[in-house]
Amino acid sequence: MDLWQLTIHEAHELLKGKEISSLELTQAVLQSIGQAEEKIHAFVTITEDLAFKQADRADKQIRNGQMTPLTGIPGVIKDVICTKGIRTTCSSRMLENFIPPYDADVVERLNAYGIVIVGKSNMDEFAMGSSTENSAFFPTYNPWDLTCVPGGSSGGSAAAVAAGETIYALGSDTGGSIRQPAGFCNIVGLKPTYGRVSRYGLVAFASSFDQIGPLTKDVTDSALVMNAIAGYDPRDSTSLPYPVPDYTRALIGDLHGLRLGVPREYFIPGMHPEVEQAIRCAVGKLEQLGAKVDWDVSLPSTPYALPAYYIIAPSEASANLARYDGVKYGFSYQDTSNMWEAMGKTKQFGFGPEVKRRIMLGTYALSAGYYDAYYLKAQKVRTLIREEFSQALGRFDALLTPTSPSPPFKLGEKVADPLQMYLSDVCTLPINIAGIPAISVPAGFSDGLPIGLQIIGKPFAEEVLLHIAFAYEQATEWHKRRPPI
Amino acid sequence: MKLTREEVRHIAILARLGLSEAEVERFQEELSHILENFEVLQQVDTTDVSPTAHPIPTHNVLREDEAAPSLPKAEVLANAPRQEAGCFKVHAVLE
Repeated sequence: MDLWQLTIHEAHELLKGKEISSLELTQAVLQSIGQAEEKIHAFVTITEDLAFKQADRADKQIRNGQMTPLTGIPGVIKDVICTKGIRTTCSSRMLENFIPPYDADVVERLNAYGIVIVGKSNMDEFAMGSSTENSAFFPTYNPWDLTCVPGGSSGGSAAAVAAGETIYALGSDTGGSIRQPAGFCNIVGLKPTYGRVSRYGLVAFASSFDQIGPLTKDVTDSALVMNAIAGYDPRDSTSLPYPVPDYTRALIGDLHGLRLGVPREYFIPGMHPEVEQAIRCAVGKLEQLGAKVDWDVSLPSTPYALPAYYIIAPSEASANLARYDGVKYGFSYQDTSNMWEAMGKTKQFGFGPEVKRRIMLGTYALSAGYYDAYYLKAQKVRTLIREEFSQALGRFDALLTPTSPSPPFKLGEKVADPLQMYLSDVCTLPINIAGIPAISVPAGFSDGLPIGLQIIGKPFAEEVLLHIAFAYEQATEWHKRRPPI
Repeated sequence: MKLTREEVRHIAILARLGLSEAEVERFQEELSHILENFEVLQQVDTTDVSPTAHPIPTHNVLREDEAAPSLPKAEVLANAPRQEAGCFKVHAVLE
């Protein structure tokens, strides 16, 4: 097996046994990037020099017996997460040359765990999109079929993991941006509970939804990364001071005693029949593993989640993106001495079409005369959706749905119709509305294209999700399949 | 419901977002179409339902008022498009 194909836990064992060095592993991953990147385009920035420096440091730490489960293992950071001294662009012209003066909390934590950063991954501009086609630089291609999108917005992170251009990656998830690309690329993507992982240093999109999480080759790796990144951070006043368990203790293969529910509203009209079939098969497998399954749970407000989300998230975005005024950092229109014109043109030329669309939508929903009908109404619907999840998760340990209603779609297929693109998040965005955790795991294929199973849990019950996901993974072979490239 | 061009221009001014005429026309179509589809929300009975602004019940997070180092001025200003005398430089605000 080539070194770049290893999981975190496999690489750790080899590093610990001194069978390989971090330098060798890093070299192998950078070589894999050199070969695959021409086709995949997963990276905005490749940080080769930094990677070798960090690998060298990691090898010294390993020799000195100071080793964490992540020491010396290459990872990729989505380009919406600030890395000190390394360009952080959000795949936008606006931040094309932005060099953060500080690290995000998750980057500080991973540095303390001995990460080797090989690069910053491509994404939909400011994390707004479901295909990575909204990157201002270039689209990313799905390693399973280069004519298909890898999903989004963390499409670069997901494609890099799937193509062996990194051992693991971080992404961010506002309406499905970790889980949907994980599902599209046959890897594991976890969106933690809102407040579990610090958002300090995550460039804000919709502040009451955004959460950082891992994209990994298997469930064990997901638990290992969560051990490193979860926890309270006083610099993010919405992170919560709850103790962080050792997530690897949740990795148990038996599901007896667990109650699972399948909400019927997630099997929407028009969904791909093979996705529905794969998910029903996956649920059957969990039943075989000992879980008690109720196949007909109802969350009646589900159809209203999409409009509520696409009012609230753009509203928050319109406020968050007001900061890009061309004064403190980022692109700045200079051919005028008029302040208002400079501000307007900075945004006009700095932002791409989807970002502008959402700023417009959000500003409209918050404007005088429309606030009650749109924003306030959506927030009330948010309450209903949260309450329904809360009631259902009182009766069940987890809920099971598809991650996306279809397998990966073709590049260009949904670009012209924003609503069609928004529908791609229909199964994932209700979870962000409620602020609860969910994980996507590989659950089958349709014509050679991956299908993801989404497991949804109670607040701060990531262990339960990892437990179910691990049991499913042990009983199936889907996660072992590698893309043809 | 269809937005007028004037409404689109008004929203763009509120957002301080410059738009070309072609963009005004495009957003008039797209936003009208999106908002029309979102009208289903009005069907939901939200009588006596209070709004949720945030998924966690945190209010007024306080800390001790202790001095701590800030980011170095030079590093913060390094990303500034225009600077002078250790400050961000802006266009004249008053005419």
